[in-house]
Amino acid sequence: MKDKIFRFLLFFAAFLILMLSAGIIYALVSRSTVAFQEYGFWNFLVNPEWDPRPATEEYGALSFIVGTLYTAFFALILCVPFSLAVALFNGEYFKGKRVSSVVRSVVDLLAGIPSIVYGLWGFYAVRPLIIELGINAQGFGIFLSSVVLAIMIIPYASSLSTEFISMVPNNLKEGAYSLGATQMEMVQHISLPTATSGIIASYILALGRALGETMAVTMLIGNTDRIPNGLRDTGNTMASVIANQFGEADGIKLSSLIAIGLLLFIITAIINLVAKLVMKRVARA
Amino acid sequence: MSMNKRNGTSVYVRKGRDRLVYWSICVLSFLAMIPLFFILWDVVSKGYKNFNLNLFTEVTPSSMDALLANMNGDPIPGGILNGITGSILIVAMAILFSVPLGLFIGIYLSENRDKRFASIISFLTDLLQGMPSIVVGIIAYAWVVKPLGSYSALAGSVALTIMMLPMIVRSTEETLKMLPRAYKEAGLALGASYTNVVFKILLPSGFGGIFTGILLAISRVMGETAPLMLTALGASVVNWNVLEPTSAIPLLIWDFYNDPNLVDLVWSSSLLLLIVIFVLNWIAKIVARKWKI
Repeated sequence: MKDKIFRFLLFFAAFLILMLSAGIIYALVSRSTVAFQEYGFWNFLVNPEWDPRPATEEYGALSFIVGTLYTAFFALILCVPFSLAVALFNGEYFKGKRVSSVVRSVVDLLAGIPSIVYGLWGFYAVRPLIIELGINAQGFGIFLSSVVLAIMIIPYASSLSTEFISMVPNNLKEGAYSLGATQMEMVQHISLPTATSGIIASYILALGRALGETMAVTMLIGNTDRIPNGLRDTGNTMASVIANQFGEADGIKLSSLIAIGLLLFIITAIINLVAKLVMKRVARA
Repeated sequence: MSMNKRNGTSVYVRKGRDRLVYWSICVLSFLAMIPLFFILWDVVSKGYKNFNLNLFTEVTPSSMDALLANMNGDPIPGGILNGITGSILIVAMAILFSVPLGLFIGIYLSENRDKRFASIISFLTDLLQGMPSIVVGIIAYAWVVKPLGSYSALAGSVALTIMMLPMIVRSTEETLKMLPRAYKEAGLALGASYTNVVFKILLPSGFGGIFTGILLAISRVMGETAPLMLTALGASVVNWNVLEPTSAIPLLIWDFYNDPNLVDLVWSSSLLLLIVIFVLNWIAKIVARKWKI
């Protein structure tokens, strides 16, 4: 009898996840319908106007979608050389050595630093550098946020790809060495090709992180509500516009912000799903 | 050289390339670690000045008081007591909600590996885990703030619960899956009930992994700002009422960042936040090492 109740409680707890997910989707959809009904789903997506002045009030998400894609992909490109190097360092070149555990700990600590502290550091330490380099006058913008974002996602990209690189079977590597390959040639022809899918999955997950990152980007991107004109320009991402304008918003503006939240939710869900599928395929192989 | 060059690249060139790649990897890895030291240096060197007893015993000063103190060259009168108590209140409630629920779901998933329902729940857990923190904020706003008509600590802890839950579910599930089947079978063979097997054998055996997961989840949400902006909002006084707007350390950092008069407090609050997070991570590491399965 006691066991039956306990088993039911376990099932019920798991069932709550289902309720939670349904509640999340309901909350996002029901509160964004006002905006979607007013502007239409596709129109909302492709409209670059974000005009809160009462007389000409009009909201569209395109500026923020473009801003999000700009920052996230640029950050991803910046993070690749470093995270790949860290992954090879820990998973191949210094696998199991003491120095590798030091690097691991440092990268773990980087992952633990809160977004808002990255934002502060970006503002006080990186922004002056950007101004110095003459990228833009104020320092704020896509470029600054992408640089800081890249540093933030290096731990995510590298720790997972380390796993995949260190999983490459020894007999394959030994085969390459026995044919006279140098370590670099072995990595190039054996390790990387074998671990490709896993490494790609890690970068997709890192991209998902970058898309949804809020505070650091809000503090660094300059918060302008139009399509950014290149990497040097200021802009806004989907997450940062919500963080910035949610507090004072009501009516159709609030609904539009929640609609942007729904879009962000859908995009990150798809990204994570793709990464999971890729990893599942790796696991089966 | 030309002798080695019969077909393909000379062995010296190949060795040279090998060394070049080796050193590039070392240098790039080193560069990837540098930001940590810069960030720590910035936070510690700028934060230690205001890192005193006042920080823990007094609430945030008004912008005006801070301005006057700044003009007289005095240290800013006040601290972040309201943020510390708020963080404790909000995170404690989130732990209360998410730990029991997360444990149960984790147990369910590890005990029903082949069921279709379990794989759906597992999929949804992944979905929740990847959700951006700002979206979590919107949800807690829609679920709690709107119906109750006020920003509140409760809304903040609901947001943090949504973020902690998938992490705890995953770590519990992974840990329990690693336990040998024999543990459970031995318990059942001795005539223990299923409930007893779970509570007296499985959970104690997996304690290390489960507890580490909980600690890491706490350290993750400790620094979350965006979801709290939409739910707990902030307050300039110490508040223990869960239905009232409440401050938290990361929310205060955000306020200080935006207020030029209070900016001196920004680094000492960040220093405190980093210390709390790193200590939690450190304890998690010790627990994981000590209670290895």
